[in-house]
Amino acid sequence: MTEHKPRAWRNALAVLAALVVGWQILHAVVGEVALRSPWETVAYTAKLFASRDFWPNFDETMTAFAAALAIAVATGLAIGMLLGFSRLAGEVFEPVLVALYSIPKVTLYPIVLLAFGLGMQAKIAFGAIHGIIPIALFTINAVRNVRPILIKTGRVMKLTTWEMVWQVLFPAAIPEIFTGLRIGFSLTLIGTLLGEMFASQRGLGYMLMNGIGLHNVDVIMSVTFMLVVFAAVISSALLAIDRVLHGRA
Amino acid sequence: MSVAHVTLRGVTKVFSRPGKGGEVHALGPLDLDLRSGEFFAVVGPSGCGKSTLLELIAGLATASAGEVAFEGRPIAGEIPDGVGVVFQEDACFPWLTVVDNIAFSLRKARLAPGERESRVRDAVAMMGLGGFERSYPAQLSGGMRQRVCIARTLVMKPRLILLDEPFGALDQQTRLLMGEEVLRLWRQTGATVFLITHALDEATMLADRIAVMSARPGRILEIVETGWPRERDSRVVEDARFGALTARLWQVLRQESMKSIGRPGGVPEGGA
Repeated sequence: MTEHKPRAWRNALAVLAALVVGWQILHAVVGEVALRSPWETVAYTAKLFASRDFWPNFDETMTAFAAALAIAVATGLAIGMLLGFSRLAGEVFEPVLVALYSIPKVTLYPIVLLAFGLGMQAKIAFGAIHGIIPIALFTINAVRNVRPILIKTGRVMKLTTWEMVWQVLFPAAIPEIFTGLRIGFSLTLIGTLLGEMFASQRGLGYMLMNGIGLHNVDVIMSVTFMLVVFAAVISSALLAIDRVLHGRA
Repeated sequence: MSVAHVTLRGVTKVFSRPGKGGEVHALGPLDLDLRSGEFFAVVGPSGCGKSTLLELIAGLATASAGEVAFEGRPIAGEIPDGVGVVFQEDACFPWLTVVDNIAFSLRKARLAPGERESRVRDAVAMMGLGGFERSYPAQLSGGMRQRVCIARTLVMKPRLILLDEPFGALDQQTRLLMGEEVLRLWRQTGATVFLITHALDEATMLADRIAVMSARPGRILEIVETGWPRERDSRVVEDARFGALTARLWQVLRQESMKSIGRPGGVPEGGA
């Protein structure tokens, strides 16, 4: 694994360089009206960071996202564990989850808004809705796929139900569950930002929509750039942890 | 030596088949006494209920009829203290290091840390796992992982060790070496060992007594005594009696194996 690391870094850098070059070429083709160059975007991002108006928006998004993620993870894990352990409950409710998941969630947004009102709560709810079901589905499968021999071993060790869940089933399912969390992270972020883009007065999503309304290409480019970097960095870190966990199993 | 350590009387196991209807008579009725401190092996055609027999003694399954007792006390659906089990499949916990795997049951038993560490150290030394204490199971070979599982059982100081084809997934050379190690720890611990295997030569090499089971429903057809000295190793295969004993097992087993794959047993031998 250690000898693969330099290569992985080299590949990642090559992809990054290609992206920047592609961006620069696209900028040259479509022109200043539609796209800023990489350098201009970075420069404007620095300017945003220095301004006082930016940080309340940033905080708003991060707070909403953190709360949505916490709810999605806690609820998703709880549902997943429950349906994974109980064969009957799993058979009854798993198809329901899958069906719910196939609904385009944007169609639910008016209901979320009516239920929670404009503002923070609606964003959190909308973000959480996106993350819960994938996390639950991954957790169900993770728990079901625990090798029966490990459970048998737990029985031989006379573990109580509680010990069996927390000391055998949960750790055995962690690599798979973590994959669900990784995907849940991305989807919750999408949900939170979508929530901010419609019917919101603050946040990065609001800044983005506002930028579109005012045709402020600098703002659009910078906010998008920030979000891409944020998502990419965290996702890569989660993927790295994911690989370590799966390598052990 | 002659005290019965495990007693089975009229033990029968019938599985109901949910959905399919009907029942499968898997085992028995079967009587068996394991002597304290002996190495007892069971061979039989596949699907004869060998593993069911082990699960009954381990308390992982309950008998449909009859009684299973360990040290005079009936086993009622719960594994008794003093019994350790090693399965064929790799049962190491992949998220724990070798020492944490071995110490798992000791932690649950709330042993004092000092005692725990010394027991783990002994088990690591006994199973030749030195230098791999901090490794994860995925970094070990199949044979090494099985040693971890044996060590994990050993630290609990079991008086009865149940082995369910523990070397079934290993290559032949590793099997022979692991067999020697099991013999050594059997001598050192003084525990009774109950081994399920499909390998006749393995049974002959390791055991004091070998039960040959019939095709389903599994019954004991014959118990063969090997008469090996307690101090022995894999070199008993060179002994002249080794071939004769293994041949005897095969003689009894051949017809049963034929039955279990749905063929007539050919010419009956010795009026069996």
